[in-house]
Amino acid sequence: MTLLKSREAILVGAILLLLALVASRFPGFVTPSNLVAVFTDTAPLIILALGQMVVILTRSIDLSVAANLALTGMVCALINVAFPGVPVPVLVALALGLGALMGAINGFLVWKLTIPPIVVTLGTMTIFRGIIFLLTNGSWVNSHQMSSAFKAFPRENILGLPVLGWIAVLVTLILGLVMSRTTLGRAFFAVGGNPHAAVYTGINVGRTQFLAFVISGMLAGLTGYLWVARYAVAYVDIAGGFELDVVAACVIGGISIAGGVATVAGAVLGALFLGIIKNALPVIDVSPFWQLAISGAAIIIAVTFNSRAGRSKGRVILKSAEHAQ
Amino acid sequence: MKKLSKLLTTAAIATGLFAGAASAEDMRIALVVKALGIGFFEAAAKGAEEAASELGGVEIIYTGPTDTTAEGQIEVINSLIAQNVDAIAVSANDTDALVPTLKKAMQRGITVISWDSGVAEDGRQMHLNPSSNPLIGNMIIKLAADELPEGGEVAVLSATTTSTNQNIWIDEMNKVMGNYPGVEVVATVYGDDLADKSYREATGLMQSYPDLDAIIAPTSVGIVAAAQAVVDAGKVGQVNVTGLGLPSEMAGAIESGASKSFAIWNPIDLGYSATMIAYHLSKGDAVAEPGASIPMGRMGEVTLDETNSGAMADPFVYDASNIADFKDIF
Repeated sequence: MTLLKSREAILVGAILLLLALVASRFPGFVTPSNLVAVFTDTAPLIILALGQMVVILTRSIDLSVAANLALTGMVCALINVAFPGVPVPVLVALALGLGALMGAINGFLVWKLTIPPIVVTLGTMTIFRGIIFLLTNGSWVNSHQMSSAFKAFPRENILGLPVLGWIAVLVTLILGLVMSRTTLGRAFFAVGGNPHAAVYTGINVGRTQFLAFVISGMLAGLTGYLWVARYAVAYVDIAGGFELDVVAACVIGGISIAGGVATVAGAVLGALFLGIIKNALPVIDVSPFWQLAISGAAIIIAVTFNSRAGRSKGRVILKSAEHAQ
Repeated sequence: MKKLSKLLTTAAIATGLFAGAASAEDMRIALVVKALGIGFFEAAAKGAEEAASELGGVEIIYTGPTDTTAEGQIEVINSLIAQNVDAIAVSANDTDALVPTLKKAMQRGITVISWDSGVAEDGRQMHLNPSSNPLIGNMIIKLAADELPEGGEVAVLSATTTSTNQNIWIDEMNKVMGNYPGVEVVATVYGDDLADKSYREATGLMQSYPDLDAIIAPTSVGIVAAAQAVVDAGKVGQVNVTGLGLPSEMAGAIESGASKSFAIWNPIDLGYSATMIAYHLSKGDAVAEPGASIPMGRMGEVTLDETNSGAMADPFVYDASNIADFKDIF
């Protein structure tokens, strides 16, 4: 437990160091209002990283989250254009449902057909994008076609933080509760830590993975609506490549790709770390040709730190051999 | 029964004769598009009809495949050759694939030109570009400068660092910066044609340059994202977003005031000009050769370069006064 705590502490330290570095080049970055803006901008990444965390924890991976986001976002936008009167809460419920359905398809294929998750989600990723094209023939849904209520919801300011940011906070709290206080949360850890042992304790490994995909899909669907409303545009390629950012955020957050090790705080901090880099690069006046290399290097450094900190010392069982070395 | 069928046959023959007589007088110009049902090309057809009624004695055949394939266009062109039309003006789905078919058409004495999306030199007499790189480069800075009589700071939000079109346009823009004294380009950033990255870059520009007056985005994803970023930053009226975009995508930005004006080629003018050129070439009162000028009615005339291609005009400017007419077209 102390080890886990220290891992997050290192990440918090890295984030503070990063903020200090950025502030030394552009002091305006660390003003409270800008930090709120950065947090809000990172909210979609936080929400998706939390969903991805659950999936990775169960020794799977979900590469279809960005495509799921794009398809759900497009469906919400199309419904808003066709029936501008549909209230936002209904759309949010629909986005959650549709996202969960797409997650369930992934989960079902992994559970019942035992296809490797990376293959399943690689396939559904392209299928989901393809469906958007079928729905729209490649055309865009534009800002002036969306109702103002549709676009206003994620921007609504409550106590200084936009709704988009509050949703990320809410999702963090709910998942924190699920992971630490429910049998399902424990089951995720058990399945990822040792699937064979999990079977002996009466946990259905496939079903647990299925539920992980449903959670990930549901959160991707929710983000789909928020994304489209925030950027006020929907087209086939929105959030292209975003799934890799999501996986990167998880890895930075100390979530083991091999499964079994994850914390909610880690996923959130990993997403924040990446979000701060993404928001800082445009303002610190670095050549765009360097930007990609810098964000890549930051990811590797963060992961290296994490894996060093997370490595258990190991027990020396042959004292004589150790001295001989 | 026999009487009736005889009557019908007579009627059919008469109609046939009549139609034949009509086509002998009318010049038939075929406007072949990438695919039917695309707003941009429907608008071009409108322009072609306008040219036809202005010229008189011209029949427009607006046609194209149902999906954007070269094979589909080849079939369409073959049937046009069989109908022996006078001229074919094509926006090609493939530069090279259409060449043999179009060559065949030219051998039969049909005038062939390409417009919008060109075919290789062998396959057409001339090609009409909607605009030219220098004209576009000049237009994007002019749009920003027109709103800044006292000069000011502008920044460019491009697509990717390697996007050929955008890089050429920005180069051309930098060449004419001398004509706009007081206007200074403070930064060029890249949104990679992703809505979220473009939004973030635009937000970053407004933070780094608090006195920024305009963002020029010569890319349709970037200009929409930048307009949204300006609205969210509450800087409508301070930062003007301009560049190249489509009216349907930019209608919201014009409405919110984040963008005062932007440009893109006008498909109506393009269809009009293509028809005018096809008419004059087919009639023989103009020739398609390097250096030649071909009249295009109200659009002036086009001068051909050494590859027999020419640029129609400056990109067309859209603003609050005309956006409503175009936002449903393309």
